[in-house]
Amino acid sequence: MKAERTFTILDEGRVVEVSTAIEGDRVLLETADLERALSWELKPEGFCKGSTCIPIPDDDTVISDGVVDLTKFAKLIDRPLAVDTAERAAYLGTSAGSRTEFLAGLQAPDFTLPDLDGKTHSLSDYRGQKVLLVAYASW
Amino acid sequence: MDKSAEDARPWIEAAKPTHPSLIDSQHIVADLYNMVNVPTVVWIDEGGSIARPNDVAFGQDTFKAITGIDSAKHMAALRAWVRGDAPSMDSDTVRSLQAPLTDHDQEARAEFGLANWLFERGRLDGAVRHFERGGELAPHDFMIRRGSMPMRGIDPMGPEFAKMLTEWEAAGNAYYRQLPE
Repeated sequence: MKAERTFTILDEGRVVEVSTAIEGDRVLLETADLERALSWELKPEGFCKGSTCIPIPDDDTVISDGVVDLTKFAKLIDRPLAVDTAERAAYLGTSAGSRTEFLAGLQAPDFTLPDLDGKTHSLSDYRGQKVLLVAYASW
Repeated sequence: MDKSAEDARPWIEAAKPTHPSLIDSQHIVADLYNMVNVPTVVWIDEGGSIARPNDVAFGQDTFKAITGIDSAKHMAALRAWVRGDAPSMDSDTVRSLQAPLTDHDQEARAEFGLANWLFERGRLDGAVRHFERGGELAPHDFMIRRGSMPMRGIDPMGPEFAKMLTEWEAAGNAYYRQLPE
């Protein structure tokens, strides 16, 4: 595969740069880049990450000659993907199933964000107290 | 949920709150909690569990004439809970009141994430394209549709918003998704 310039994948906000070839609206990357960037490894059982393996469908559209189609791969691992081939960037988000399952567990998701002075605060700082979380905006 | 600390600063400084006010320009909390508008309030107990899921509530009646939402009931319930005078709700009820999440909701959030990243790098044409796509995928998600207006150079209090709101409500939808009484 002849790779061109770098392409940015935002993996739930985490920035990774890969080499891709772009053919029309297809973003193609090598399995080695996929593993380095997103920790999904190609094995005989399929694409594996941690203890999860997803078999590759027979129709050959996810991977062909060692080259992975990013959009088809995202579908395979059930994660939403926003792509912009002109901007050479894509955002790989969180699946509805995964988000729903987490929220149904009723654990308030932890987060760390800065205040106006740049000092960071985490929800978990307040464990042991009741918290009212209010989302607001100037809009 | 402002696009920058500088957008939020005048409001926070005027309010002089005794609580932390955090800047979430990436909409991290909106995504984690499936929030689709502001204001959204969540009650979290001492053990870090969601005691009352996403609701729309205001601390004062400043905007009551516009929103139709009275602040008293939620404030009374909140005070009672905080003081230990009343429980919140049982966990099955909390779960049943959490809004469902669809693939389109999450695709919209991925579009917003990409759009925001492009916006922060001054790549405005690309940003606008993906903010708009996010709004198309999740028309009920005003974190995206209205929240992206400042990034798109649109006044979020202006005529474009008024038109969006009119169309939304004319189709029989509520702009603010309050929990049932």
